[in-house]
Amino acid sequence: MTVHLKQDAPDERNVLDFTGQSVIGEPLSRPEGLLKVTGTATYAAEYEVDGCCEGVLVTLPVVRGEVTAIDEASVLSMPGVIAVLSDERMTGRPAQGMAGEAPFQPAKDVCYWGQPVALVVAETFEQARDAAKHVAMDWRSEQAPLDPAAVETEESESTRQGDLAHAMAEAAHSVDVVFTTEGHASAAMEPHAALAQWEDGKLTVHASLQMLKFNRAELADSIGLEEEQVRLLSPYVGGGFGSKLGVSQEVVAASLAAMHLGRPVRVVMSRQQVFQTVERRSETHQRIRLAADAEGRLTGFGHEARVSNLPGESFAEPVLQSSHFLYAGENRLLRLEVARIHRMTAGSVRAPGEAVGVQTVEQAMDMLAEKVGIDPVELRLRNIPDKHPANGKPFSSRKLAEALREGATAFGWEPRPRTPRHTREGEWWIGTGMASAARVHSVVEAKARVTLRPGGTALVETDMTDIGTGSYAILGQVAGEMLGLVPDDIEVRLGDTDLPPGSGSGGSVGAASCGSAVFLACQGLRKELAERLGIAPESLTLKDGFARWSGGQKALTELLNQEPIECTGHFEPGASTEDMAVSSFGAFFAEVAVNRWTGETRVRRMTGAFGFGRVLNARTARSQCLGGLTWCIGNALTESLLFDPVDGHLVNCDLAEYHVPVNRDVPDLEVLLLEERDAAASPIQAKGVGELGLCGGAAAIANAIHDACGARVFAYPMTPDRVLAAMPET
Amino acid sequence: MRPFDYQRAERLTHAAQLTADADTLALAGGTNLIDLMKLQVETPQTLVDIGRLSLGEIADEGAGKARGLRIGALATNTATAAHPRVRADYPVLARGILAGATQQLRNKATTGGNLCQRTRCYYFTNIDQPCNKREPGSGCGAIKGIARIHAVLGTSPHCIATYPGDMAVAMAALDATVEIASENSSRSVPVRGFHRLPGDTPERDNVLEPGEIITAVTLPAPVGGIHLYRKVRERSSYAFALCSVAAVIALEDNRFTRADLAFGGLAHKPWHDPRIADLLIGNEPSLALFDKAADLLLEDAQGYGENDFKIPLARRTLAAVLCEATGVEP
Amino acid sequence: MAISINGQDYPLPEDPRTSLLDFIRRDARLPGTKKGCDHGQCGACTVLVGGVRINSCLSLAVTHDGDEVTTIEGLGTLAAPSAMQSAFVAHDGFQCGYCTPGQICSATAMLQELAAGWPSDATADLEAAPNLTDDEIRERMSGNLCRCGAYANILAAIRDVAGESA
Repeated sequence: MTVHLKQDAPDERNVLDFTGQSVIGEPLSRPEGLLKVTGTATYAAEYEVDGCCEGVLVTLPVVRGEVTAIDEASVLSMPGVIAVLSDERMTGRPAQGMAGEAPFQPAKDVCYWGQPVALVVAETFEQARDAAKHVAMDWRSEQAPLDPAAVETEESESTRQGDLAHAMAEAAHSVDVVFTTEGHASAAMEPHAALAQWEDGKLTVHASLQMLKFNRAELADSIGLEEEQVRLLSPYVGGGFGSKLGVSQEVVAASLAAMHLGRPVRVVMSRQQVFQTVERRSETHQRIRLAADAEGRLTGFGHEARVSNLPGESFAEPVLQSSHFLYAGENRLLRLEVARIHRMTAGSVRAPGEAVGVQTVEQAMDMLAEKVGIDPVELRLRNIPDKHPANGKPFSSRKLAEALREGATAFGWEPRPRTPRHTREGEWWIGTGMASAARVHSVVEAKARVTLRPGGTALVETDMTDIGTGSYAILGQVAGEMLGLVPDDIEVRLGDTDLPPGSGSGGSVGAASCGSAVFLACQGLRKELAERLGIAPESLTLKDGFARWSGGQKALTELLNQEPIECTGHFEPGASTEDMAVSSFGAFFAEVAVNRWTGETRVRRMTGAFGFGRVLNARTARSQCLGGLTWCIGNALTESLLFDPVDGHLVNCDLAEYHVPVNRDVPDLEVLLLEERDAAASPIQAKGVGELGLCGGAAAIANAIHDACGARVFAYPMTPDRVLAAMPET
Repeated sequence: MRPFDYQRAERLTHAAQLTADADTLALAGGTNLIDLMKLQVETPQTLVDIGRLSLGEIADEGAGKARGLRIGALATNTATAAHPRVRADYPVLARGILAGATQQLRNKATTGGNLCQRTRCYYFTNIDQPCNKREPGSGCGAIKGIARIHAVLGTSPHCIATYPGDMAVAMAALDATVEIASENSSRSVPVRGFHRLPGDTPERDNVLEPGEIITAVTLPAPVGGIHLYRKVRERSSYAFALCSVAAVIALEDNRFTRADLAFGGLAHKPWHDPRIADLLIGNEPSLALFDKAADLLLEDAQGYGENDFKIPLARRTLAAVLCEATGVEP
Repeated sequence: MAISINGQDYPLPEDPRTSLLDFIRRDARLPGTKKGCDHGQCGACTVLVGGVRINSCLSLAVTHDGDEVTTIEGLGTLAAPSAMQSAFVAHDGFQCGYCTPGQICSATAMLQELAAGWPSDATADLEAAPNLTDDEIRERMSGNLCRCGAYANILAAIRDVAGESA
């Protein structure tokens, strides 16, 4: 049985509010939690496979060139070395998210420093790692553009409305500023890893990937197999944050090696290789122009950005994504340009676009509030547009004003114009700042199968992944709510392409897309049960393993009568998200201390208030927001990819020198989940949650730094040297 | 990691004998050496494990008022920082150690190993980049490259790397002494003279000769005063110093009687400039005086673009430390 | 010549290059201990040796003969998780779960270190016994990176356990 829905209209029935089991939204613990805390959740590289050999990628230390010869004999005599693989099908770059086709090949056409070009396979890891450093190769190399500011750019996107220049000239108050943000790494804790087996014409790969149905297509296309010949398994993924959206180099290399050798092959990237070869977030250069009347109402809004990527890559960090609709202003200019340079592939890193695009707008808004002389929260409230400012579409649901107001109250925000340097504690200037949060919502096609088992339990199956997001928990809760079962009676199986294809995890699409697929499957099951009882599905209540209706009640087990029933839910996005502006919104508040001597900044507390539709599990949703807030701190203060200006290599390619926040960087964090039902977003009225928490928050920290010490820092991250350089002398 | 021959030294003389060979390295805690071996920055043919030698003791040296402290070369950073006498009499050392790395690393890292810690220069740790320290004559990638974490004092055209540690900076402020043994002899070197400037031999970090093993660091008798270790870094923990200051300061009648200062993150060695104490001692603390001290410190400082900020940062960090120690209000 | 891991002896590896981490994961088939960076920069490989936490990636297995190693599998099991393991579940002190075994080994050792009076960078008075402040816990847990950003919940989990034992 299949239930298919292409959602062309908002679903305002709010079915999950009336089903009665009351598990939806509850802050339940993750069902897989005990496995993770006892070290018994198995990640890609950890499967025990007889006869498995170890592969290590060989990389080329030039920024642009071509490998002309690989001398396999140079390492074949080393102990334990089995093979050197330099197959034409090896991939030099990772696939972009949802590409569904092979990424750039062949690997030996080198486009960035440290590109993998070959694979050494040996009996042990130490043997392979050593041999990979000793492969003799011939190559030719050439100069290539490295500096995004020094090359011609291509226009990627442009929107013009009215006359921004005129609005700026006529404005009572205006802001015209340039910001820069540096590149970011996803830096998931589990390095990219694949364990490939080739048996009887079928390729089975345990890998660390986020979007399996796309990844299967990418891998099959890379190698020249039919998709049906490929099975991918990723039941546990040690973080992704975009870097595992597309199939990456080690997956293809391990697969080719396993096919070539007829032996299982494991390839795990070194941490340095992860930094050097998987996707980066582009650095950005952004000009923000705001024109406002005397009361601070926007009359003009300009956001122009330059990002970079390799030649041939279609992805351009979508910096303007939320600028299109966050604030009013009839005169608008939004423009995105791409510089083609030779750094590793730019692609999705958690919250592509908004993660760096909102924080510049939100600092500019703070500057505007200062000029107008009003409370920064009030400035935002005055500029919430009635309709999408460019296309006039109505907003499906928007909790921006509530987030600003309730967040301010929870934080203890003082509603006043800001004057810096009002509070000092010893060496530390103390200040507060705020920012709005915005992130576009999207859903993608997803399938899930739900089986009611004769014993009265349910099985939920999809190839959806759980990358820490809580998929195991929330999909079980959707099923539990619909089928009237306690979560312990529901088993959720994920991360296997033998299961129905879900959405995958990325772009915050997973919960709403796969949650809807599970919802639809359960609707099918409910209909079947109602038919067995001879009642209308609307008259059926399922609760605690019993079917209830006006005429009586019956145990689910009895209704099933020793036979399982199953239904596949098939969700497709339709016109509902096209006819309306569908997005998640929120607000950030931060208190910081800035050292008057050294410019060091410590975040002392943060509050985030977020509205992202229905909350499916308040605990895992909160955790997603906590993660977002933590990323705000790294984005604001510590994270930047540093590229050598001479040969273009990434210099800080490890976790010692690329500074993700440590525990001590993260203070008390408060998260407000605003109740919301977004009928257009999905049939379960849920929107994405995984990314909203870092879309703008760095500006709350930047604005707090300004409030604390008077330093307005236009370059992220705001490292001590940058804060000091901007700090007015006392 | 290249293959190597693993040997465990049973006695100190045995270790000294073995490490006299140019392709042999001594392994203690391993937190730096194994890291570098995995990167093939270090490629010893023989690794001599000295970890089980009896060099871990921390004990009084001398008696009475002259009672110093002898910290065995294999005493872990944790043991040293947690030692009651270090906490009571040499708090700058405890603070310095605790400002570095993480508990896991300090539990393994040793006194001798930490003194020999090699630079964090990005070009040194990447064997596909030029580096005169790693491969003499190959050039310096950092000078025209990303020099954010690099030195501004005592650099040479061949190398601008920094000594990355914290412990040794505190030991330099305390004027501690490194005890060194070889197969047939022993010698002592002040910590302030243990590390070298790069000059035209940046491959040598310190004065240790082949066949020499650090056996201990001896702290002189406690001098009292105010002990401060101030470390400026990009995150609040688990990061190397952009700049650090170790200070042992004493005042009488509002005049400096002691001003032992050492600086980290600025040079190829823990930086100690005796002229600073000469300037400060006998004078009343003031912002103007602190500025003069910074002038002396930074007289010959040279930035390399990316790290220019370290010059004003060092000035300000010094002022912060001196203000905290003396109570001068900025 | 053997290393004891969770009470069971394993013979030393033939290749002296084998890190204690790879020895635990591969030779002893205990993959609960994670490899995040292999260079002492993330803490995912944290194990206890003689009760003391170290980064197992920066230690050669051959140097550990005769040592008693405890890994995440030795702290508790699915059937009988330790108090710290249960608290991490209760407080959602993890998301993807990859840094989690290291966090839990670290947290377990950390409470013992605090009880033993070891100071940290966050200790205000070096000569007094350190207090269990949030700043102390955060500093002492800063050797374990969590990219999902579960630090706030990790703190809550540790606080919960520390409160019980206090």
